[in-house]
Amino acid sequence: MNVILDNFDLYRDGFLKTLLICAYAIVGSLVLGTVMAAFRVSPVPPLRWIGTSWVNVFRNCPLTVVLFFCAFGLPELGINGAYFWFGVAGLVLYTSAFVCEAVRSGINSVPAGQAEAARAVGLTFSQSLSSVILPQALRTVVPPLGSVIIAMIKNSAIVGAFGVGGELFAVSDTLTSARGEAALPVLTGVVIAYLLITIPGGLFLGWLERKVAIAR
Amino acid sequence: MSTSVLYDAPGPKAKRRVLFFSVLAGIGVLAVLYLVYRQLDKQKQFDEAKWSPLFDPTNKDFELVWQRLGEALTATLVAAALAVVFSLVIGTVLAVTRVTAAPWYRWAVVGLIELLRGIPVVIMIFFVARVLPEYGVDLEPLWFLVIGLTLYNSVVIAEIVRAGINSLPRGQKEAAESLGLTRGQTLRLVLLPQAFRAMLPALISQLVVVLKDTSLGFIISYEETVRVAGQIVQVLGNPIQTYLVIAVIFILVNYALGRLAVYVERRLSRGKKTLKTDDGAAVLPANVLTGEGAGGVM
Repeated sequence: MNVILDNFDLYRDGFLKTLLICAYAIVGSLVLGTVMAAFRVSPVPPLRWIGTSWVNVFRNCPLTVVLFFCAFGLPELGINGAYFWFGVAGLVLYTSAFVCEAVRSGINSVPAGQAEAARAVGLTFSQSLSSVILPQALRTVVPPLGSVIIAMIKNSAIVGAFGVGGELFAVSDTLTSARGEAALPVLTGVVIAYLLITIPGGLFLGWLERKVAIAR
Repeated sequence: MSTSVLYDAPGPKAKRRVLFFSVLAGIGVLAVLYLVYRQLDKQKQFDEAKWSPLFDPTNKDFELVWQRLGEALTATLVAAALAVVFSLVIGTVLAVTRVTAAPWYRWAVVGLIELLRGIPVVIMIFFVARVLPEYGVDLEPLWFLVIGLTLYNSVVIAEIVRAGINSLPRGQKEAAESLGLTRGQTLRLVLLPQAFRAMLPALISQLVVVLKDTSLGFIISYEETVRVAGQIVQVLGNPIQTYLVIAVIFILVNYALGRLAVYVERRLSRGKKTLKTDDGAAVLPANVLTGEGAGGVM
């Protein structure tokens, strides 16, 4: 276990970098995913088609392929940036499809009477969506959204395997491949670091779920 | 027009507005596509040399490229199939252990499941591939990938199966026990067949996840689709085109599996309705007690 203590700063930096990737990706994918969900239920057919194709493309494509597209495709489109941002972009694109589906299922779970009442008092589509439907949908959507986010945190390791340096997966790769340390202690450290994020994350989401639950 | 509850059936004014936004959105999409096209064209991404090895049978590389891709797709499917079969077996055993465990060791099963669920699957694969050789277990990369995927997916499937068992009405278990079936028989003949039936859509969706996760084999040098695509890219220098082909293949296969899951779900829920008698009481289909409940669909 000495290898963990000896390289504690490396682990700490990796942990923080993973958290940073996740923080950006959570914000990005929640915003993008909610917009796509609004597209999917909108009265305007082309917007619905955009939302549907978005979900079908990114949900069915492996994250690795999405990441390769970001790394090779974005520069060709004249979008240049650090590798870090390509990693985050890939994670956001991929996760947004799952967020979209979770939010949409939440929208569908809001009782029809709510939407009918909103229409009856004369609210427009965007008004009834933003002030009646979505606030209720986002509450019921906490549990599925929570599992999407936990899965996204775990997927951030793929971003690391893909070559964004410095985060937890990269730390394990550096220590085992480049420095030839024994794999078991090194990887045990990485596993513990991930569990430090995912298990409290799961507990927090369980708490949040109980807090925002609506008694129906 | 759509019958969504979110908006009224459009009147003449709303129709005009929808039309206006439709045209606006259409123009927006076309503009983005055109900008992407122009930029890619400027970067010479539409050169024949980049596309013809993939799409032109007369190209000298065509045969080799598709031969490699074919092998790689087979490798992907083999890894996914093995991982799914092993996960299904181990996952069912775990779920049964968790459901039937005496309290004094149930926490151990629950702990194991929670632990394995919290670890990223890519770390799991890497862990297996790096740690096992240190202890003299030297296998093909295929087996490292399969073991890593199985460790992760078996606990996911265990949770799916457990949810399936818990979703059954209590009367099922009580009826089985009152018939004098042992606990093992109750599980094997009554609960599990119904649980699998109820969980089939979730299990098919998990298949999509496994299929996508096999692409992580590239980090341990397993020659699956994404890694071989990388090798092709290195030789031909056409990343966008090659990954486009890979993405389309994955999307088509997984989309079909997703539709299958939806179809099975609809079929199952339709089946449930027909099983109700007139007074609304559920009637057990005859084949459940003979243990063939899941046989017809799986």
